[in-house]
Amino acid sequence: MPVDKILVLLGGLAAIAWINWYFFVAGRRRVAVAAGGALQEIEIIVAGGYDPSAIRLAHGRPARLVFDRRETSSCSEELVIPDLGIRRFLPANERTTVDVPATVERGTHEFTCGMGMLRGRLIVE
Amino acid sequence: MTSTISPTRDRIAFPVTGMTCAACQGRVQRTLEQTPGVLDAAVNLMTGTATVTYDPATISPDALVGTVRDTGYGAELPVASRTAAEEQVAHDIAQEGEYQELRRKAVFTLGAALVSMILSMPLMTGHRHGAAADPFMQLVMRHVSPPLEAAAPWLYALSREVLVGALFALTLGVLLWSGRHFYTRAWAAFRHHSADMNTLIAVGTGAATLYSLVATFAPGWMLSHGIAPDVYYEAVIFIIGLILAGNALEARAKRQTSSAIRGLIALQPDTARVLRDGAELELPVSEVARGDIVVVRPGERVPVDGEIVFGSSAVDESMLTGESMPVAKHAGDRAIGGTVNRTGAFRVRATALGAESTLARIVTLMREAQGSRAPIQHLADRISAVFVPVVISIAIATFVLWYLLAADAPVGRGLAAAVAVLIIACPCAMGLAVPTAVMVATGRGAALGVLIKGGEALQRAGSLDTVVLDKTGTVTEGRPAVTDIVPARGIDPDRLLADAASLERASEHPLAEAILRAARERGLPLADPTGFEAVVGRGVRAMAGERALFAGNAAFMRDWGLDPASLADDEARLGSQGKTPVYVAANGALLGLIAIADPVRPSSRDAIARLRQLGLDVVLLTGDNRRTAEAVARALGIEHVTADVLPDGKVEEVRRLQQEGRAVAMVGDGVNDAPALAQADLGISVGGGSDIAVDAGDVTLVRPDLHGAARAIELSRRTMRTMRQNLFWAFAYNVIGIPVAAGILYPSFGILLSPILASAAMALSSVSVVTNSLRLRRARIA
Repeated sequence: MPVDKILVLLGGLAAIAWINWYFFVAGRRRVAVAAGGALQEIEIIVAGGYDPSAIRLAHGRPARLVFDRRETSSCSEELVIPDLGIRRFLPANERTTVDVPATVERGTHEFTCGMGMLRGRLIVE
Repeated sequence: MTSTISPTRDRIAFPVTGMTCAACQGRVQRTLEQTPGVLDAAVNLMTGTATVTYDPATISPDALVGTVRDTGYGAELPVASRTAAEEQVAHDIAQEGEYQELRRKAVFTLGAALVSMILSMPLMTGHRHGAAADPFMQLVMRHVSPPLEAAAPWLYALSREVLVGALFALTLGVLLWSGRHFYTRAWAAFRHHSADMNTLIAVGTGAATLYSLVATFAPGWMLSHGIAPDVYYEAVIFIIGLILAGNALEARAKRQTSSAIRGLIALQPDTARVLRDGAELELPVSEVARGDIVVVRPGERVPVDGEIVFGSSAVDESMLTGESMPVAKHAGDRAIGGTVNRTGAFRVRATALGAESTLARIVTLMREAQGSRAPIQHLADRISAVFVPVVISIAIATFVLWYLLAADAPVGRGLAAAVAVLIIACPCAMGLAVPTAVMVATGRGAALGVLIKGGEALQRAGSLDTVVLDKTGTVTEGRPAVTDIVPARGIDPDRLLADAASLERASEHPLAEAILRAARERGLPLADPTGFEAVVGRGVRAMAGERALFAGNAAFMRDWGLDPASLADDEARLGSQGKTPVYVAANGALLGLIAIADPVRPSSRDAIARLRQLGLDVVLLTGDNRRTAEAVARALGIEHVTADVLPDGKVEEVRRLQQEGRAVAMVGDGVNDAPALAQADLGISVGGGSDIAVDAGDVTLVRPDLHGAARAIELSRRTMRTMRQNLFWAFAYNVIGIPVAAGILYPSFGILLSPILASAAMALSSVSVVTNSLRLRRARIA
């Protein structure tokens, strides 16, 4: 096999490996912890995704999620937390508060955009 | 959130932070309670909230928050939260703006695409290097180029540099304006380690643009490496234009999925005519207070929920209940805000306002329902979570394979195939398949007077095989009435009824109420009973002046030395019809029989036939005795009856049916049957007249009409079919489209997919899913 073909093959394999690592492995690591107090509070920036996208909450205390939507892309205009039966419209360039009751169960509760493309997790422990 | 309780009492709940123990809680609570103007305060440590009832004339919410802060804890006024209707309106404005912008961009870009196509023609003729390499473009060229050259020979006289430069300028304009958001959004998602449709478009068109840029500015370098310096500018512009057009169509179609909820919001009038100090004032509805008297003229919408205190009319409630006939309303009846007053003028005393009104509750419920997810979506969710990175991987593999295997022009072909893979892949169709069907179906349900609580309820309603009907109040009116009066020989029927009613005045039994109502309707004079005595399970007796009155069953008559034999045949006949016969006697002589029954609702029979037509097993469940229950069941064409069920037993019966492997819907009222509704796979609660209990059950029938249950099930089945079609189409589209785009058909058939055609297919696939869901708006539901 000529050198150029070998290079393209190796380059392609490396690119595929990197893409899968970047989207499936690297993104999963960062977990933010909500600020303490009787009311746990955390701010989530909404722009092409949720930042932070994984949030650890303490069980048994209410939490306040402040979604700061810094874009007009319609993809992120709605927030859905299926486990909590929450669906909220997030106005563009505004901060929207979503309260999570203290009664929320332990475990991982996903939150997504209206179509389920953008994802985040609430980890209640 | 502040709510007005009365002119001198408001209530507010606000978050308090920093409380860590019961002592903190106590301190905040005491401080609030001791504040002048505070009538009541409750501080909850667990939720970190203070709920305060206060006199707004004495203290403001700001001052309340200040009071808490002075104690050393944090507090703030709640962010003004929007009502469901306000959220929907804001959402609609955003959606409309998005549609308009997409349309503008699509029109501009498709215009630019046409110009770019014309500019590409001369490049492709004469085998000059730099010809457009898209197979679709080559096909178009063969047919368009010769007439174009005849019409505009000057175009063909232009140099390659000029043509490519003009194409480059056009592409730059498109990328910087109309297509810009694909790249900025893709980048924003990338930074968050996530990827979506924008990523695919950005990578696909970005790769084609980069290749073209090198071909534009360093064609010699490419030629020296054996790569054809083709430009793909027109393909990039076409792809972006077609996707924008698809997005615009999709935005418009998505807007239609929530048209039902918009229609409901539009029902709410902005102003109300309120009587204040004897004068009629036209006020914004938000300023109407509970207890205000509101004047409603013929032809107007009722502005608020309330009780009619004066006047009468026929009111069109079809928009909320689906009932096509106007409903007669008199003083004492309830009127619902948003319905249309047809004939007379009346006045209502406002009872429920703002978020508590029936209309607002229905809108809230619908928004929640539309945001819910159906379990059928789980698979689509799992796939869409990994979709984009997988497709990018496939695109890279495609390029590599073409590079390794293609006999000629490996780079150009590999690139075209990889771009086609990226562009044809459409995660949107999968994402839209279920939610759009849920939105349209819940909206359609509301128009039919059926409130469905969400995707999961829809899915369960779509897979039922058994419907359990609670008899009283569901199949029947739920209000016993006198059906027959059988006087003994020589007795006046009115005398019989008057005596029975006089006796029953002291009783609280439901049967007594029926007798009293019948007597009042006939305007009979009633005596005051004394010495009333009830024997449980037998009957009642009392004195009315000199007359000793008795009412009860045959055994009770015999207890008092009376022989009921002369009326025994009538008793048996009435009993077999499911009625409850009551013997009445006075001063040692039988007066006759009064039969009481809970009349079957006129609509029940047809509705039950419809349920059976849908292939459902119908079971009648009742606390009545078997004979009554069977009589009702016979009249309604129901085969299975479970009688003598205690209130707790309904849950057991539903559970028993479930253990037989059946998927059971329970239809009952939301109050007494709540546990059975919860136990059933689907709880359908039946609203009582104007009082819509929107909170109970998975499905609420706004009108007390069993047809609603049949409609809910039929609509759900159709919706499930739509969801399955959508999901199948979305999966099949990608499963077939991606390999074809990669060139799987090329070795055997020589078929290659043009990236431009791929973008058209992608744009149409999501539009077709939304359009398929929209068909539910017009589905025939009997």
